[in-house]
Amino acid sequence: METFLQFLFGGLTVGAVYAMVALGFTIIYNASDVINFAQGEFVMLGGMCTVFFSLWGLPLPLAAVAAVIAASLVGVALNKLAIEPARGANVVTLIIITIGASIFLRGLAQVVFDKQFHRLPSFSGDQPIDVLGATLTPQSLWVMGGAAVIVVVLWYFFTRTTFGKSILATSHNRLAARLVGINVEVVLLASFALSAAIGALAGILVTPITLTSFDAGTMLALKGFAAAILGGMGNPLGAVVGGLLVGIAEAMGAGYLSSEYKDAVAFLIILCVLFVMPSGLFGRRGTERV
Amino acid sequence: MRLSRFLKGATAAAAVVALSAGFAAGEAAAQIKIGSVLSITGPASFLGDPEDKTLRMYVDKINAAGGVNGEQLELVVYDSEGDANKARTLATRLIEDDGIVAMVGGSTTGTTMAMVPLFEEAEIPFISLAGGIVIVEPVKPFVFKTPHTDRMACEKIFEDLQARGLSKVGLISGTGGFGKSMRGQCIDVADDYGIEIVADETYGPRDTDMTPQLTNIRNAEGLQAVLNAGFGQGPAIVTKNFAQLGIEVPLYQSHGVASKSFIELAGAAAEGVRLPAAALLVADQLADDDPQKQVVVDYKTAFEAEWNQPVSTFGGHAYDGLMILVEAIERAGNADPVAIRDAIEQTSGFMGTAGEVNMSAEDHMGLDLTAFRMLEIQNGDWTIVE
Repeated sequence: METFLQFLFGGLTVGAVYAMVALGFTIIYNASDVINFAQGEFVMLGGMCTVFFSLWGLPLPLAAVAAVIAASLVGVALNKLAIEPARGANVVTLIIITIGASIFLRGLAQVVFDKQFHRLPSFSGDQPIDVLGATLTPQSLWVMGGAAVIVVVLWYFFTRTTFGKSILATSHNRLAARLVGINVEVVLLASFALSAAIGALAGILVTPITLTSFDAGTMLALKGFAAAILGGMGNPLGAVVGGLLVGIAEAMGAGYLSSEYKDAVAFLIILCVLFVMPSGLFGRRGTERV
Repeated sequence: MRLSRFLKGATAAAAVVALSAGFAAGEAAAQIKIGSVLSITGPASFLGDPEDKTLRMYVDKINAAGGVNGEQLELVVYDSEGDANKARTLATRLIEDDGIVAMVGGSTTGTTMAMVPLFEEAEIPFISLAGGIVIVEPVKPFVFKTPHTDRMACEKIFEDLQARGLSKVGLISGTGGFGKSMRGQCIDVADDYGIEIVADETYGPRDTDMTPQLTNIRNAEGLQAVLNAGFGQGPAIVTKNFAQLGIEVPLYQSHGVASKSFIELAGAAAEGVRLPAAALLVADQLADDDPQKQVVVDYKTAFEAEWNQPVSTFGGHAYDGLMILVEAIERAGNADPVAIRDAIEQTSGFMGTAGEVNMSAEDHMGLDLTAFRMLEIQNGDWTIVE
């Protein structure tokens, strides 16, 4: 039981990060049909910017805020400079552009920052918390709590604010949204900024646990993508559930089967979902558009 | 208009060609070209980066002091990004295009082993900076290495365990080349020291959470110590997770994390961790009559003054490799690859940062267990365990 609980805690912590990455995928996908493979780089930017802003003298909380803003600006720039000029190109082309952007950002981070691994201090100490014989670091609570807060805020934003609703409207039908007077360009810009901010926040929260480096985003993007696919691409609830499930499946796989297969678990999930139910757990059925 | 632009372009191109040809002809006469493929970026950058800096710095120093046998050294460095395929391609380029006479490089066991066949075939000496024992066992005529092997690390750790009266060890290793190789060697020599491996777990090079594996190790019956074979950020995360789970047996790391950045990354969790490492890490703490003191203090001082970053043993391996090569070229009296090879094999009594090197036809590394010191991390710094 303790063992199971320990695996579960590990899985939930990692899963919460995957969920945040998957949410980032979802927001951009909804607004633009693009699967943004640079999503992992936003997570990396969050961690790396915070590390370096604080090295350059900013106090940690301020460095974190600055990092989120920096990542959002990068998100906006990504949309303005790479996605928007290619508007009208088909989705595959746009996806390839985001892959290019992710490689570019990784390279840039190597030059601007460095190639070493970095850590941030835990927000509230390293004293593990004992829960029924299993242990949990306070930072894990921060990660899970952070993910929960993001979900609640997003839910409020998308269902209770006019601007949030206009993003939703755009995702359902861009032409109709334009016809009722929604500025689609602004919506796209906002969704890139938002998803970059969420990614950066995830990066900041998780760096005290996992450390970060210029290429920390690659694997996270793939796992987050697996989570988004599992949950059903485009569904925020699905992204969260998918993220947690992938995280838990990995931890259980590593614990009960063999740690050799840990990464394989996530990719096996992608394959199974694509074969058995291509629209995921909560996805819209029949996404073919004519 | 178009023609004149074409002409201008052609003239410029010709000038560039002539210029570069002139350079080549002018300098080739008095140059010894040595090559290096290092993992300067990528997951093994903490190896390749100090190695690169060390090689550049000392090649400049040697040239400033008049070179080797009156000839200047020319160093060609390529970055393999830790990728074995890339390393192989770059090694081909060094051999075929750059025409090097010897190679000091190969940051990881994986990249080294990918390049070994090329150097064997081209009959060019290759001094590797990687730890895996497979590099020199069985002996390959043209391949040498400077760092301690993982087998020696295992032996040193098991010696320490014996001294503390511990025998039941939980093993957790990375699935990268280094971790895999060391895991095999540790299991291999465990019997010699009466050590019983009670748990055997692994993690991937990009894993961010090892609590499941460590939970399984904690649950192993009679566990008395945990040994982590791996390098990079993995061991730092293992150390943090180890502290989180509150496992109360000693934790041993390998020489793969013997750098200050490990202490920084693992933070307070690193307290009490033991690992075998070269004397370089504790240069200042060595006794004054220690024969290694002079070499390690000099290297440490030079590196830290030039690069303003703490010294790591990996840069030291590059120093050893370069110096062994330079001595060999001096003894050979010329820069013929085969003559250099023979001279490297005769290296004896060379005092490097890793210890005293005595090579022979059967031993292309030339170090013994005394070269390792057992260190413990206390108050965020290394201390020597007596």
